Amino acid sequence: MLDIAKIREEFPILHQEVNGFPLVYFDNAATSQKPKKVIEALVKYYEGTNSNVHRGAHTLASQATEQFEQTREAARAFLNASSTEEVIFTKGTTEGLNLVASSFGRSQIQEGDEVIISTMEHHSNIVPWQILCEEKKAILKVIPMTDEGELIFEEYEKLLSEKTKLVSIVHVSNSLGTINPIKQYIDLAHRYGAVVMVDGAQSSPHFQLDVQDLDCDFFVFSAHKIYGPTGMGVLYGKKALLEKMPPYLGGGEMIKEVTFEKTTYNDLPFKFEAGTPNIGDTIALKYALDFMNEIGREKIAAHEQDLLAYATEQMKAIDRVKIIGEARNKVGVISFNVEGMHHFDVGMLMDANGIAIRTGHHCTQPLMHRLGIDGTVRASFAIYNTKEEVDRMVGSLRKIIAKFAK
Amino acid sequence: MSINEVQDEIIEEFGLLAGDRESTIFYIMELGQKLEALPEEHQIDDNLIKGCQSKVWLVTKFEGGKVFFHADSNTDITKGLISILIRVLSGRTTAEIQQADLYFIEKIGMNNVIGSQRSNGFAAMIKQMKLFAFAYQAKAASEQSSN
Repeated sequence: MLDIAKIREEFPILHQEVNGFPLVYFDNAATSQKPKKVIEALVKYYEGTNSNVHRGAHTLASQATEQFEQTREAARAFLNASSTEEVIFTKGTTEGLNLVASSFGRSQIQEGDEVIISTMEHHSNIVPWQILCEEKKAILKVIPMTDEGELIFEEYEKLLSEKTKLVSIVHVSNSLGTINPIKQYIDLAHRYGAVVMVDGAQSSPHFQLDVQDLDCDFFVFSAHKIYGPTGMGVLYGKKALLEKMPPYLGGGEMIKEVTFEKTTYNDLPFKFEAGTPNIGDTIALKYALDFMNEIGREKIAAHEQDLLAYATEQMKAIDRVKIIGEARNKVGVISFNVEGMHHFDVGMLMDANGIAIRTGHHCTQPLMHRLGIDGTVRASFAIYNTKEEVDRMVGSLRKIIAKFAK
Repeated sequence: MSINEVQDEIIEEFGLLAGDRESTIFYIMELGQKLEALPEEHQIDDNLIKGCQSKVWLVTKFEGGKVFFHADSNTDITKGLISILIRVLSGRTTAEIQQADLYFIEKIGMNNVIGSQRSNGFAAMIKQMKLFAFAYQAKAASEQSSN
């Protein structure tokens, strides 16, 4: 059994009152909270190590470089990538997606080619491909979804052809919590020779990942959703693909030699890391990964599944509450609406009760259009959440509905 | 009652809630639920106030030198907020609306209650109402000069 009370002790932010109530933090799909070790790593870096990496003429610089590269190894292990050359540091998921759209996309996608995404994509896995397709006169196709919030594999199969150059799909839906059976989608795309990118922003916090087993070509995630700092993320790419791709940004760090006539580029992964990187946050990410590994990702998944089952049952028992997204496989995300109330109003009243949830379209407007709604209230769980907190949410919701639902 | 008298009345009412966030939001939402609904034909994009996260439709009437506001929204909180502004500004002259110093907003700590995003929306509502007053005044002035 996990000692959740002990885990909660590691998160200073959780121990406060908001609007006169003990905070219930259920907005983990937006960003997770940070354990003390991550916060301390940031302070320790700036107090004791701060130096620029990879040009170490002095001791601190080589210490910073060593710690920086330790995170790369930890991220490699987190994804089970075969080499650290395949682990590129970014600002986050959005930058990873844009890097691939810009570098791989611009160099490989031609007029008439096709790119496939799905109905449940976050805007950051839609807009970069739209920009690319517009520029290249390529065609963007969208995998449809059932009312329950599951992608329709048979329809996906119909979209694939030899024209498909790239498939970019979300591993776990941020709005609905749906876990897509991504391996199946990757295998099929590969049969058509397409490259597959996986948006792992919402899967990375919740369960074990293995990019070699998935056989995806690219995988992206953000540090801040897995108990790490903001402004930092990882792009995994297969070495053979990354080597062929042109640089994304030009500048320092990414070059081998520069003359005014010609520049030769640095080796992987540095070719894609122009400029002084986000050193402090990168070093701190290792502590977030350690935090997850120490608990164990199977145990994290089991705890969150337990919370999801409990919360789903409780929420379904409330009159007027409709859960949005009832896929068979979900992470700990419950999106819902209250009949006769706007989601903004529900969210604001819950906030007044000290319960932090998200309301709105969750950066998935096309998904909301598909469902015929303009938004939801979303509660999303992390390792430090408890059933008592679910009870608080349910109690608050019952009170709000009794008072306001028309 | 003057604009300032109405403002003072609002300050007193909110004072009874003693800064309790939940009661204050309840109160604003109740005000919203009491606001007479705007007929559907007026709930069109042309009547939307720009800068609000929620949908807020505002229509106006200019009669006897006074501006009358009618509004609706898809959320009760926003409806409550615009109903407060209607209570203060509707049925006033164009000059009164334009010159109104809405001190009640700071006095009741509105920004703390509704948060920064909604405060921007609230400011957009006020701006739109003052703009209407300005437009009616300009129109009246040009009609007068052409007579």
